[in-house]
Amino acid sequence: MTWLRPLKPAGVCVAMLLLALSAVALDDHGQLEDAALQARFENITKELRCLVCQNESIADSNVELASDLRRQVREMLVAGKSDDAIYSFMTDRYGEFVRFSPPVERKTLLIWGAPFIVLLLGSGIIIRIVRRRSRMPLDDEPSAGPV
Amino acid sequence: MWKFLLPFAAFVALVVMFAFGLNPNRDIHALPSPLIGKPAPAFALADVLDPSRSVSNAKFAGQVYVLNVWGTWCEACRQEQEELLTIAQQHEVPIIGLVYMDKREKAKQWLDQLGNPYTAVAFDSDGRTAIDWGVYGAPETFLVDGRGRVIFKFVSPMTADVWQHEFLPRIAAARRAGA
Repeated sequence: MTWLRPLKPAGVCVAMLLLALSAVALDDHGQLEDAALQARFENITKELRCLVCQNESIADSNVELASDLRRQVREMLVAGKSDDAIYSFMTDRYGEFVRFSPPVERKTLLIWGAPFIVLLLGSGIIIRIVRRRSRMPLDDEPSAGPV
Repeated sequence: MWKFLLPFAAFVALVVMFAFGLNPNRDIHALPSPLIGKPAPAFALADVLDPSRSVSNAKFAGQVYVLNVWGTWCEACRQEQEELLTIAQQHEVPIIGLVYMDKREKAKQWLDQLGNPYTAVAFDSDGRTAIDWGVYGAPETFLVDGRGRVIFKFVSPMTADVWQHEFLPRIAAARRAGA
């Protein structure tokens, strides 16, 4: 079995590194020249949901729709549009669902408030349990009767 | 008392949630379109069959029409094709096709082979019209009334049942509304 040589670890490492690099580069058109614009581009595309693969952002997804939407975001940024203008462009067409974090309004109050409600409920329960236990005798105290 | 009521209330809440969430008739991928009730986005694109001609939805202003988004890559579009041909024969409304994420030649071939139910077929070469309409897959079928407003969107292959129960009544209502 001389023809089945084991892979060289160094070669494997290099190959995997290259693979990892290719995974980061989902930008179809390269970086934007302006670093501030590029940062905004990354933020916005992370916040927008890819509607084909609904739990991925358009920054992460490589389906064609996501790539079209990235192009749209890029063009609007270059044209000097604000983040809000870009988000409302998207929600006007795809609905609020296209954003990962819903805006704070009346109908989304429950979503945003839920963690605090659960926190309050949880601390209420803990306080009750702790109070009750503190009134109980300690287990390791010697019992009163003769040993 | 609370020891009994609280778990019971939680149980009831869960049942209600599951009844909604696990309803097999609910398509979890179908999203409500924010376009409903809004003016249909305008487009003027090259005709798939004859690139020198342009297909524009402005030409259909004043009448109720259907916009059907499809692509040759989409298996479900093949499924609904026969139904669309049947619908086209009824001459109820014009059906505009919008070819999405596709090659013009392939689309032409498809129409030659399977038949052409469309009054006109527009070629969306760069997907911009699809973005304007909030398209996120295919097939998607929109209904636009005589005032140029989107009144319905259906995501999934068209069936006789859907046409009869979802589209026809809305078409009739749009016409009664004097549009």
